[in-house]
Amino acid sequence: MTHVLVIGAGPAGLSAAVAAGDAGARVTLLDSGDGLGGQYWRHLPPQRPAQREARLHHGWAAFDRLRGSLVGVEVVTEAQVWAIETVDGIAVHVLIGPADAGGRAARTFAPDALVLATGAHDRTLPFPGWNLPGVFSAGAAQALAKGERVAVGRRAVVAGAGPFLLPVAQSLTAAGAHVVGVYEAARPAALARGWLPRPWRLLGAARKGGELAGYAAHHLGRRVPYRLGRAVIEARGDGRVEAVVTARLNADWSPIPGTERTVAADAVCVSHGFTPRLELPIAAGCRIGPDRFVAVDADQRTSVESVYAAGEITGIGGVDAALVEGRIAGARAAGAPAAAADLKRRTATTDFARRIDAAHGIRRGWTSWLRDDTVVCRCEEVAYGPLRDAAAATDQASLRSLKLTSRAGLGICQARMCGRTVEELTGADPARAEDTTDRRPLAAPIRLGDLAAPATTCGKDTHV
Amino acid sequence: MSAIVPWETDPIRPDEPKPLRITVDGTSIEGLQGQSIAGVLLAHGITEWRTTTAGRRRGVFCGIGVCFDCIATVNGESDVRLCLRRANDGDTVATQDDTREAQ
Repeated sequence: MTHVLVIGAGPAGLSAAVAAGDAGARVTLLDSGDGLGGQYWRHLPPQRPAQREARLHHGWAAFDRLRGSLVGVEVVTEAQVWAIETVDGIAVHVLIGPADAGGRAARTFAPDALVLATGAHDRTLPFPGWNLPGVFSAGAAQALAKGERVAVGRRAVVAGAGPFLLPVAQSLTAAGAHVVGVYEAARPAALARGWLPRPWRLLGAARKGGELAGYAAHHLGRRVPYRLGRAVIEARGDGRVEAVVTARLNADWSPIPGTERTVAADAVCVSHGFTPRLELPIAAGCRIGPDRFVAVDADQRTSVESVYAAGEITGIGGVDAALVEGRIAGARAAGAPAAAADLKRRTATTDFARRIDAAHGIRRGWTSWLRDDTVVCRCEEVAYGPLRDAAAATDQASLRSLKLTSRAGLGICQARMCGRTVEELTGADPARAEDTTDRRPLAAPIRLGDLAAPATTCGKDTHV
Repeated sequence: MSAIVPWETDPIRPDEPKPLRITVDGTSIEGLQGQSIAGVLLAHGITEWRTTTAGRRRGVFCGIGVCFDCIATVNGESDVRLCLRRANDGDTVATQDDTREAQ
């Protein structure tokens, strides 16, 4: 019997696991968190049951169905994959136990096929004051509202770009925060370019369309101002956020002088898009396309034999795309054909991803809201001025040597937060593998003791 | 200031949560079973607990284990991401001050 290992239990991974099981495979589903559903269906832990939790979610019924269809699937949560080998078959090395604990149980899986569905995290562009307490990624505000019933502030500003800002504002409101405003960097013309052409194609992603319309209605109803072409360009406060400065943007996202406004707020939740979590696809040797997503064919097959990928790591397409891609990947990984209807739907959802990028994609002018002392790398606290000077001084050299000179991207998060920003600010060429910040020596932080002797207990050393 | 939705008035109608206690830098604080340690702190309006090398304060930023801003020492083990770690009754949390360590 074919053994399919699925990594990531968000929409794509869940649907892949169910599809692989339906196709007759033995299935193991891993997730680094201690619950299923990924970030999209992030929910309260089993210790805090609630009768009407579905209210906080879109498509909760679909999640319930998927969860209920995992019969016979071996589900391993709190499973942190830290290495994957794909020479002479597949070997997936996992530590199982509470996050960042030493002495977690080590396990190695050797499946016949692998489905990677590791998702994405927000990308937040730096701005003056973004390192103050009270500034959060929009994803943090969302995760805390849905997974903890915590509102990150009383008076919150939501800002950045993309349809994700709307559910975040809704979740904050539902957790008791007053959302002062939602600031979308894209201007109406860009939104029209992305969303208006060939509207019939959106029918293929109809549920997503309905979801967005629902948010729009919600905002009108709740009187949360939704401003287009405006961005948070500074967070101010003595030791923590007390106010934000917003400004109108040109089409290239450079702020228009004289349009600044100051708004009192104790929380700022910012997301300018998403960065795919590519550690495991890269560890598995999968080819990354010029768009910086995992390259897959129509069957969700990567460049590595028996390794498939689905969901946001193959392109930011939202939940419908993730579900369809997961079904295709799961079926193919199990050796069964994909459903014709799914292959057709996949085309429609790919179109949706292109629209998001056309409407909300980051424009180069954003860098003009940076100041010399604006922190770019949060871990090593490297500011824009020194980083730019280091880039000028190490002209023509690789990003790697620039990182060593400036220390940008060398901190504990391993450039997960600032990597793409550092590339952009220093003129790195992402077409050269050595010029990307995607490659990391280990796919996940683990303690040195666990690296040296995976099966033994060891505690007090640091992450590598 | 961050805050938790009181369970009694939450429209999602939660069951009555079960309490737990953790110690943060020697002070005992109450939380709910199932909360992350970051969740316990945020529910008390505590939004910052780490001090960086440059002396700046940090708490949760990404909330999903990517940024490492929220790390602290838990039961003697350093660099634990509090947004990912569930609180257990009796956990001892010590905040990290990198200015001190850098000296």
